[in-house]
Amino acid sequence: MTDAILELTDIRKSFGALKATDGVSLDLRVGEIHALIGPNGAGKSTLIHQISGSLKPDSGSIRFQGQDMAGLDMAARARRGLGRSFQISSLAPEFSALRNVMLAVQARQGSSFRFFRPVAGDRSLTEPAMAMLERVGLQDRARVPAAELSHGERRQLEVAIALALGPKAFLLDEPMAGLGPDGSKRLTGFLDALRSEAPILLVEHDMDAVFALADRISVLVYGSIIATGTVDEIRANPEVRRAYLGDAA
Amino acid sequence: MMAGLSREKTANIVLALLLLGVPLAAVAAGEPFYVTLATRIVILALAAIGLNIALGLGGLVSFGHAAFFGLGGYVAGILATHAFNGETVLFGLPSTTSMPVIWLVAVVLCGLVALPIGAISLRTSGVYFIMITLAFAQMIYYFAVSWPDYGGEDGLSLYVRNTFPGVNTAQPLPYFLVCLGVLAAAVCLFWLLRGSRFGAALEAARQNTTRLSAVGIAPFNIKLVAFVISAMVTGLAGALFADLNRFVSPSMASWQMSGELIVLIILGGKGRLFGPIAGAIVYVLFEFALGGITERWQFFLGLMLLGVVLFARGGLLGLVAGRARHD
Ligand SMILES: Nc1ncnc2c1ncn2[C@@H]1O[C@H](COP(=O)(O)OP(=O)(O)O)[C@@H](O)[C@H]1O
Ligand SMILES: [Mg+2]
Repeated sequence: MTDAILELTDIRKSFGALKATDGVSLDLRVGEIHALIGPNGAGKSTLIHQISGSLKPDSGSIRFQGQDMAGLDMAARARRGLGRSFQISSLAPEFSALRNVMLAVQARQGSSFRFFRPVAGDRSLTEPAMAMLERVGLQDRARVPAAELSHGERRQLEVAIALALGPKAFLLDEPMAGLGPDGSKRLTGFLDALRSEAPILLVEHDMDAVFALADRISVLVYGSIIATGTVDEIRANPEVRRAYLGDAA
Repeated sequence: MMAGLSREKTANIVLALLLLGVPLAAVAAGEPFYVTLATRIVILALAAIGLNIALGLGGLVSFGHAAFFGLGGYVAGILATHAFNGETVLFGLPSTTSMPVIWLVAVVLCGLVALPIGAISLRTSGVYFIMITLAFAQMIYYFAVSWPDYGGEDGLSLYVRNTFPGVNTAQPLPYFLVCLGVLAAAVCLFWLLRGSRFGAALEAARQNTTRLSAVGIAPFNIKLVAFVISAMVTGLAGALFADLNRFVSPSMASWQMSGELIVLIILGGKGRLFGPIAGAIVYVLFEFALGGITERWQFFLGLMLLGVVLFARGGLLGLVAGRARHD
């Protein structure tokens, strides 16, 4: 019996000759933040895509809450509780920030085939959506179209949308990117508390944030995990220092 | 922004008043021809409102919606012809000249036909979607051409206009009002759909299907339902069009017709409530005013379309009302 909610076993994915994911096994446990770090092009986003269902692995298995995810598309996985954010913001650009979150709220309520009642004044949508925006500190920008938000604000909106889904696990792909030092600090505090709601698989370049937050860290290089361990273990690992951390540690 | 009315709403009200007022004035002035012209506008606008659900809200550029327009037309033509001859239709089903029954049959049939067409076409996107919807429409077009029982290439005439309870449909003005009523209902339907949860999902599908999937809504299902509803509305317009002209022919299902519907939407403003109406007014008036002078009126229409696409992406309504905004 393990308390892993998400388990990857020997995932492989090639783009032509490039092995973007080369036999990755890892798990995400209840209550933890598991950080996935590695140099640019290591295959971190590719791995997140395969977990969330936007890419199909060539081989290997992904189990979420004990259930095999093979054959489930992205929407089906999201409904089962995999909430993701995108490295490159993926929003409905013409919708306001609030509308973007409302879409997630309505999806969570499982009710998109309602044809007549207007959403605009529907407080069962607007109130939870607004609450999520407040949690990420975006409430003042609720009415602004997503396309007009700053890069950092879009990252926050991504997180608010993932929150609104009430997921069983979060997959966050570089949520700090573009936030600036204050924003990163706030989001770090926020994610710290979030892990008790649902565990987080966190891809992040900001090493301060990773070292502050992670219960465990996995280091991905050229599609393979070269080490998994606690913050101290990873900092001390000579192979990791050579391959990735350089003087950051 | 005056008196709390946005410019788009003001423009919509003006269009609605024109659409009702001009035919009434024409009758008063003893010029019933203009009523027929207005009816043509109303029916084409209705067909385009149908397409606007798929194209404007869902971003689904169907280049085959004339198939549903034609199908609706043939439902009216076939049911009425058999009724006139005192016969039953296929398999002994009763024929009828009652418009409400014809409309119901047209709408249901178009929905049933759109379901497999949509399910197959929606496996593709972009230019492939355009081509595959065109291919399906061409199949239906050639089916109509090669079916001699119903006139084949020559089409099918309706001896008298079909009936509507309590209305003398043979008169231009009452028939116009019937069509206008249907158009008003379709405008309401579009407005409700756009504002609903379904509409939110559909508009999200247009903007970013990945986003929709990521929150757990399957874009395919949303788009398919939109495609089917869209086809049903366009099919209803086809039935009305057959009765207006008392004639149906395969040309109603031609690719030119599909293109015309797209043009109406782009001209008027895609995704906008009154976009198809504005587009249809301009299109039919162009056809009428210039068609009498030169065979090449479509050239001028093309120029105008070019202008809209280059300088007014929001269509003519966009020009008046500015960019569409979601709250
Ligand atoms: N769809 C794709 N087709 C081909 N190559 C890809 C594709 N997606 C990613 N790659 C390549 O796979 C490698 C891993 O990319 P990615 O997962 O984005 O890395 P990371 O997120 O760790 O920076 C890179 O070399 C990238 O160029
Ligand atoms: Mg990446």
